[in-house]
Amino acid sequence: MTTPAIEEVRAEEGVFEPVARSQWQLFRRRFFRHRGAIISMVVLILLAILCFGAGFIAPYANNQQDLLLGPVSPNAHHWLGTDELGRDQLTRLLYAGQLSLKIGFAVAIISTIVGTMIGAVAGYFGRAADQLLMRLTDLFLLVPAIAILALALEKFGHTDTVIILFLSLLFWMYVARIVRGDVLQLKEKEFIEAARASGASWLRIVVRHIIPNIIGPIMVNVTLGVATAIITESTLSFLGFGVQPPQTSWGNMLSDAEGYVGTSKSYLLYAPGIMILITVLCVNFIGDGLRDAFDPQSEKH
Amino acid sequence: MVAYILRRVLYSIPVILIAALILLWGVRETFDPCAQFRTSRGGQASVERCRKADHLDEPITSQYWSWLTKAVQGDLGQSERTNADVGSTIATAMWYTIQLIFWGVLLSALLAIALGVYSAVRQYSVGDYILTTLSFIGLAMPPFWFGLIAIQFLAVGPKNWFGLDRTIFGFVGLHNGDSTGFDLDYVRHLVLPVLTLTVQSIAEWSRFQRASMLDVMSADYVRTARAKGVRRRDVLVKHALRNALIPLVTVMALDIGGLFGGVIITEKIFAIPGMGRLFLDSLQQGDAPMLVAWTVVTAVFVVLFNLIADILYGVLDPRIRLA
Repeated sequence: MTTPAIEEVRAEEGVFEPVARSQWQLFRRRFFRHRGAIISMVVLILLAILCFGAGFIAPYANNQQDLLLGPVSPNAHHWLGTDELGRDQLTRLLYAGQLSLKIGFAVAIISTIVGTMIGAVAGYFGRAADQLLMRLTDLFLLVPAIAILALALEKFGHTDTVIILFLSLLFWMYVARIVRGDVLQLKEKEFIEAARASGASWLRIVVRHIIPNIIGPIMVNVTLGVATAIITESTLSFLGFGVQPPQTSWGNMLSDAEGYVGTSKSYLLYAPGIMILITVLCVNFIGDGLRDAFDPQSEKH
Repeated sequence: MVAYILRRVLYSIPVILIAALILLWGVRETFDPCAQFRTSRGGQASVERCRKADHLDEPITSQYWSWLTKAVQGDLGQSERTNADVGSTIATAMWYTIQLIFWGVLLSALLAIALGVYSAVRQYSVGDYILTTLSFIGLAMPPFWFGLIAIQFLAVGPKNWFGLDRTIFGFVGLHNGDSTGFDLDYVRHLVLPVLTLTVQSIAEWSRFQRASMLDVMSADYVRTARAKGVRRRDVLVKHALRNALIPLVTVMALDIGGLFGGVIITEKIFAIPGMGRLFLDSLQQGDAPMLVAWTVVTAVFVVLFNLIADILYGVLDPRIRLA
């Protein structure tokens, strides 16, 4: 990644001086030019700080009930109101965010790492490994994912660890398919042949030569994974199969709020949904920015 | 072509059957349909009787085999939850779901094409930016939340604000008690569930249509047509749109199979007794015969629409040959 590229010619005191930039500098420049991605990055980091700093920031203790108070609409003491048990919604929202964000990022990272390794091996060796991967993907397109997740949670307990493991189990195949396709193309290239001729082992070729070349689609896929995982987790919790109290996620809060649609307590419905929306929007924009940044052609316009 | 279709069908059968096996195994590992007898007066004896009746005393492979031999003769067994015949329960539920999917696909196809073409023709206009923003939001929103918000703001909200005696759009079931068939009441009940089911498809398909329209609009034959003096409107409709629809049709066919997952959420929120509701009810109780049959039926639909996608692609674009 240190190949210097002659980026631009600058006229300085009449002398044309080519400026050399590394791949990483080029990448950074293109990424920072994508305004949506930068704003999203800032928003997402702020959101993460708020959620994971909930212990210091949140106005009340987590899950602290006030049964005498009951449900009150948003006011000066409870900015987002309280629920049936008198729990402060802002506090719950921040703590729930910890879980939703953790699940989103953990699933994306685990499934991308596993998917990249398996996809690279399948693409590199072809034949049996390749066939197996493709058939496995076909199979998991037909098995209802919600059923698998619900059964797994029922059997192994409704905890975040089980959700993370099983969501990763269902998601790695999509990454693997993309990586496999790219590896199939790359492995015919001369520089791979050169590496092989100079005696590099297959592991070295995959790790040092192939993966750095397909880091773009892989990173974009991480962002897609975060978005899908957060939405899937919230759906699962909304249906009642996901995390269970006392653990809280945004989907879980919406599941509680479902009964209040159209009543005077409908304020319970908005905040968690908006949080999911903002998070997924930001992640998608960052993905967009990464896609542009990894694409050398995007500099032109 | 016939050989291609045959090969694809034959190819999918083992995949569907393995999917069914995975589900049966998963349900049996997780749920015990005889749990209710453990605390009953009959004690151990009634548990044994129940286990025998459901063939739980046999290994999973032989349970699967007895399900399979019956299933190929058209007998999908009995529900362990309601004791009803699985085949006819699914047929009843399927009718509701097919209505939802039919109207959903129709609505989102028309909307997506209209919006996509508009965005492409007026690229970078205010309208295009608004539609782009909306589609980003549509894709980032969990569909179940959209459904709840839609009930709040389109059904209950207007009723309270304007003091109406009933909501404009229904949000429970597909009919009010006494009406049946295709009438105004049916339409009023369809609007919200169909929107909830398709909000993501509309967002996705319209983006797709915009991209493919832009692609086609910069093609040489479109420029040639314009240079010949064909009116812009005619070029857009007759030359550009027709070609820009090809990729969309394929994506649509692929996504229609996936809508069976979407109806799970929609039917729960709007209390529609279709396949989605059936799936949730069966999953909560670990009703193995129902879940296995559900998986097979929906898998057949997914495979079917994937096949249709491939065939359509070949038919619409003769340059692509299926082999």
